[in-house]
Amino acid sequence: MANAADAHHDEHGHDDHYPSFFSRWFCSTNHKDIGTVYIYVSMVAALIGGAMSWYIRLELAEPGIQYIEDFQFYNVLLTAHGFLMVFFVVMPAMIGGFGNWFVPLMIGAPDMAFPRMNNISLWLLIVALAMLVISAFVASGVGTGWTVYPPLSNNVYHPGAAVDFGILSLHLAGASSILGAINFIVTIFNMRAPGMTIHKMPLFVWSILVTAFLLLLALPVLAGALTMLLTDRNFGTHFFDPAGGGDPILWQHLFWFFGHPEVYIIILPAFGIISQIVSTFSKKPVFGYLGMAYAMAAIGVVGFVVWAHHMYTVGLDVDTRAYFTAATMVIAVPTGVKIFSWLATMWGGSIEFKTPMMYAFGFIFLFVMGGVTGVTLANSSADLVFHDTYFVVAHFHYVMAIAAIFAMFAGWYYWIGKMSGKQYSEGWGKVQFWVFFVGVNLLFFPQHFAGLAGMPRRIPDYPDAYAGWNYVSSVGALITMIGTLMFFVILFRTYASGAKAEQNPWGEGATTLEWHVPSPAPFHTFEDQPDMSGKAPAE
Amino acid sequence: MANAKRKNARTAVILFSVAAGMLGLAFASVPLYRLFCQVTGLGGTPGVEASAPETATDIDFTVRFDANINSGMGWRFKPLQHEVKLKLGEERLAFYEATNLTGRTITGTATFNVTPLKAGQYFVKIDCFCFTEQVLKPGESAEMPVSFYVDPAIYEDVNTRDVNTITLSYTFYEQSDADNKVSEVRQPLKAAEKG
Repeated sequence: MANAADAHHDEHGHDDHYPSFFSRWFCSTNHKDIGTVYIYVSMVAALIGGAMSWYIRLELAEPGIQYIEDFQFYNVLLTAHGFLMVFFVVMPAMIGGFGNWFVPLMIGAPDMAFPRMNNISLWLLIVALAMLVISAFVASGVGTGWTVYPPLSNNVYHPGAAVDFGILSLHLAGASSILGAINFIVTIFNMRAPGMTIHKMPLFVWSILVTAFLLLLALPVLAGALTMLLTDRNFGTHFFDPAGGGDPILWQHLFWFFGHPEVYIIILPAFGIISQIVSTFSKKPVFGYLGMAYAMAAIGVVGFVVWAHHMYTVGLDVDTRAYFTAATMVIAVPTGVKIFSWLATMWGGSIEFKTPMMYAFGFIFLFVMGGVTGVTLANSSADLVFHDTYFVVAHFHYVMAIAAIFAMFAGWYYWIGKMSGKQYSEGWGKVQFWVFFVGVNLLFFPQHFAGLAGMPRRIPDYPDAYAGWNYVSSVGALITMIGTLMFFVILFRTYASGAKAEQNPWGEGATTLEWHVPSPAPFHTFEDQPDMSGKAPAE
Repeated sequence: MANAKRKNARTAVILFSVAAGMLGLAFASVPLYRLFCQVTGLGGTPGVEASAPETATDIDFTVRFDANINSGMGWRFKPLQHEVKLKLGEERLAFYEATNLTGRTITGTATFNVTPLKAGQYFVKIDCFCFTEQVLKPGESAEMPVSFYVDPAIYEDVNTRDVNTITLSYTFYEQSDADNKVSEVRQPLKAAEKG
């Protein structure tokens, strides 16, 4: 096909033939352009969601009510913060953004399998984001928490259309992700370059493959549960209403059957990004490649049978809790394999501390921190005490919020040269890392102490006894905010005055296929698929 | 090229059916969950049998009674006895009393469970006012019976051997007009549960 095209264009003209601005960015079917838009959507959502969390920390900086007098508004803030960060920041950046950009490049495919479906995914997500923002301005807003538990989310406690807007938003975001997941699976299964076997794919591609399967299996369950909630609210059904023979606990089962795989959907692509970076900057192939790949698959499988560890306090009998405790602890095994293999990859390597590698180190540290409190919380007997305290808040922010953000920063610094053709400023990148690292740890570490002392989550006011650590936490939020703004300055400077990026700025350690095309990556790549036969895994 | 497209389309169709299947499973979970609760007594769901065992044991047991109404429902609802003492396996009859305090006819249904929740599967109802809708005219009062026994197997199960008191709890909900239409569909289901 490329030969036929060459008959009409010279080689340069063929690769760089960009459509007009509107067709390029609004009607795009190009995996790189769609990935770029995903990343910008994620940045916009991150600023909105971040602003909400900073406002929350401002209110919580000291006891009493300072800024947020309407408690429903406080609930709306924390709900929207959760939805935005999960569905509109982490997922679009890692799966839609880096996934779209680098899965086809890494497997030597010319584009995604269904480019137009890719465009539909993108725009469904943008409409979903708009719906979510609208929901905050309708009636009293969605103040249910991201878990949307009935009866709080039913039409008695949330009359008005706000929750319905929220449900519609999640439906659209879910449809977007299911279409995206199908696209990724088909691309990875059917469009790999000759000789690029499943067991030779880079680990980032593996992570997206496992994530796509989790999306495909988990999101329809959320869609079903949301539909039931919608009909409960508007059409008189009683799926979750005891008055008509329903059961609100059923919602919790359905929600967490989706919700637990969802946290792996968030963190698995991060694992993939970190594996690429650790290998690149240690100048060694990943230690235990197959173990790394199947550890991700194992996490994906076991992730579907542990959901009730979010529900230890609903009255499960002791045998059920024993099962969910044991199953949850089992996940520590494949996760341990991954941590071990990253450390073993670095061991004896010629490590180069560029900004992406520092973020990878930061990720491993934060993920281990969150993992340790995760094993603590997995114990149903201990969780009865910790449930709904700030200890849980600290745990999940370490393990899936800031760890994921670190992986996204790592990925951005690692790939921005390839995506934009401009290289970031190494010195400022490192400064930004340290500001952000100190900020997030100061922000979330004291929340362990507040939680252990019994501070409940989702409250705008608290007893004076918790004042000290909350103040420290809010100072951490301020430093994190400075770190975030620094990132956007670095981003702007990179585009405005960054040095031209080389084809491979990272040297011998960067072996994957995206470093075999020029920077920035041309509009069309790999129309002639490279032959990978006989080459080493992930090379 | 055409071949590759066909292959992609085939894979996509398979994946779409997987997603559709999971959506179906989400809805299938509603009856499955109900069945699961009835079989395992999850969440304190009592069992239903046609009759009590032939012979009762001589182990003493206490059953307490609790009554609630959903907020805004104009009924008074209370048990006529606070507790009964019985032997494991012995069938007993207990009564609640409900009074309509409003000036209009109200239809209600009662939901029920027992605590401790783990004892649910050993508390067995033979007949209960909660199996059907109850209609009270303005000012009308009615005694509502429930017959039950406690399965002696509760004493064999290591997890429930420490239980010597079970509290049976009911909550009455008012049925709106819209619900009455739905209840025609639900009624056969209730009958099936009873059988």
